[in-house]
Amino acid sequence: MGKEEAELFAPRLVTTEENFAPGHRACIGCGEALAVRHVCKAMGKNVIIVNATGCIEIISSLLPQTSWCVPWIHTLFENVAAVVSGIESAYKARARKGKIHDKDVKFVGFAGDGGTSDIGIQALSGAMERGHNFLYCCFDNEAYMNTGIQRSSSTPYGAWTTTAPVGKKSIGQTTWKKNMPEIAVAHAIPYVATACPSYPFDLMDKVRKGVEMGGPAYVHILSPCPTGWRYPPNLTIEMGRLAVETGVFPLYEVINGEYRLSFDFPNLKPVREYMKAQRRFRHLTDDIVEKIQARVEKEYLRLREKAGVE
Amino acid sequence: MEGSFAVAEAVRLANADVIAAYPITPQTHIVERLSEMVADGDLDAEFICVESEHTAMSACVGASAAGARVFTCTAGQGLELMHEVLYIPSSMRLPVVAVIANRALSAPLSVWCDHSDMMAIRDIGWIQMLAENNQQAFDLTLCAYRIAEDNEVLFPTMVHIDGFYLSHVIEDMTLPDDEEVAGFIPEYKHPFALDPDKPVSMGCYGPPFIYPETKKAQEVAFENTIPKILETWREFGDLFGRHYALVEKYRMEHAKIALLTMGSCSETAMLAIDEMRAEGEEVGLIRLRLWRPFPFSEFREAVKDVELLVVLDRCVSFGMGGPVCSEVKSALYDLRKKPNVVGFIGGLGGRDIPIEEFKYMIQSALGKVKAIERGEEIETEMIGIRE
Repeated sequence: MGKEEAELFAPRLVTTEENFAPGHRACIGCGEALAVRHVCKAMGKNVIIVNATGCIEIISSLLPQTSWCVPWIHTLFENVAAVVSGIESAYKARARKGKIHDKDVKFVGFAGDGGTSDIGIQALSGAMERGHNFLYCCFDNEAYMNTGIQRSSSTPYGAWTTTAPVGKKSIGQTTWKKNMPEIAVAHAIPYVATACPSYPFDLMDKVRKGVEMGGPAYVHILSPCPTGWRYPPNLTIEMGRLAVETGVFPLYEVINGEYRLSFDFPNLKPVREYMKAQRRFRHLTDDIVEKIQARVEKEYLRLREKAGVE
Repeated sequence: MEGSFAVAEAVRLANADVIAAYPITPQTHIVERLSEMVADGDLDAEFICVESEHTAMSACVGASAAGARVFTCTAGQGLELMHEVLYIPSSMRLPVVAVIANRALSAPLSVWCDHSDMMAIRDIGWIQMLAENNQQAFDLTLCAYRIAEDNEVLFPTMVHIDGFYLSHVIEDMTLPDDEEVAGFIPEYKHPFALDPDKPVSMGCYGPPFIYPETKKAQEVAFENTIPKILETWREFGDLFGRHYALVEKYRMEHAKIALLTMGSCSETAMLAIDEMRAEGEEVGLIRLRLWRPFPFSEFREAVKDVELLVVLDRCVSFGMGGPVCSEVKSALYDLRKKPNVVGFIGGLGGRDIPIEEFKYMIQSALGKVKAIERGEEIETEMIGIRE
């Protein structure tokens, strides 16, 4: 059987069990809820999830209901990696002391881009530096969507948000997206990857690798957001695909410092194709789009070099 | 033994599973000592050297939710950085135990003792108790585990030891052995710990239709911790011969005037009371051992025959005087017969309070009562201030 045929059968190999149950309150077409569902399928039941304050937390845990079929805890916005550190250490100490049976539980942190690259970066950096055995998933929808589309350090250049509005003297966001995966790589942890729910098998593979590598693992998941990006909700999968195919959000892994491109596009699609359906970019003039195009190409080339692609 | 080492010894005897702490003066000797114990294998625990106090408390929350016995310690600015996280274990009923080496707050920078840090967190729902010497620091830390982890309590518990006065001072102590402590502190088992075999969702989102009920439940449960605290101290007294009360009284027989203090300066205050008693004055001393939950009935009982209550605060509630004095007045307000209350503020930022100043407070308060009776307004006096 060839690779293409095998891929046709791949969906049947994915569990039909939902550990992130339907019936939650996410917006129609939510890329983040889809990504969480994939991540939960990949991790299985033997897991404890720590969730930051944000979209996923509020849509999944409105008292007295819950969407979580696995143990789940939310405390604050910026401390996910710290709470995971404590849970992992508790299991480690108690198993060593014979107080519990060691059942190889996986520990996972979930946070958005604000909870990761802004307010939660200190706790995350500390946990990665200390080397706890955990997976951290950043669900990046490129702004504070839960509070109503405010800019974060992960918002792309030129995007409109409610705190980076477009005006006579502003094009919206005037800073380039913080490269959070590279910051994770700089901590010399065993596993870093980028993923997107438009590529579900790639995403699930990376999550499995992340929890199985041992040590801190970081997976940065682009989660298209129809509400905040201002596109029709039926285009979520397409938005993720275009982000990857234009080079705006390349999919890659860094295993023990070694880069590997998950998908390579020697001829990237123009960024305009990705941006045109999103009303957060509709105000951009040609020269700004050109500037973004040049930056994307330069970054993509740099990444290919790191991955050793000629 | 140094107060910091006494606390560390109590944590070792309690056999904590996870310790997460960040260095800050004057608490640092506690974490140093615990690090040594873990490094030498005297305590089998995971020591998480965190990057901030916010993370220290967050890691304790996670570990406690996963069913571990946990410990952290901090002081001053560190407690303030933890502030946001402190609400989590009290509302999620996680029995985190913390020791605070009380310290002043910036600015200006001061590493020395006062009670500004502990007063800033008094409304959070942590059980708060104070030690006056190193033996008490040890005893109360042990008791904190027994109290916090009781399944009818499940509230985080904080033991306050005055920075430097206790944390860095060496005193003689009596220590129990491991077996005696094992009999006093049972194995900890949180009823709903995070476990893949029994999934629970913790820390859910509470909209207006349910949030107030969660707070009512928390308040009722918090007030109900007092009988358990008393029971623990009673049993501790039976086993180890040292007895603790919610409100401690010293030479209060027939006292018409009472001084109220908290923490290490109480021992100096006792000397002042001794001197005044020797001079024939009918004065006594009351100390609040338990600060939260506030021991209303025990406090009212302690002052029922007192005509003048003189309250010392080691903290300023700016624009409102001293926090302890305010709360004491409010605790007395509903009583038909109540003493005059005069508040002073002193001992800020590590300024010592000598015996003479305690005597001065009492004498000065008598004058202030006369002014009150004349209908004059009196201000909270800060003692020992150079003009």
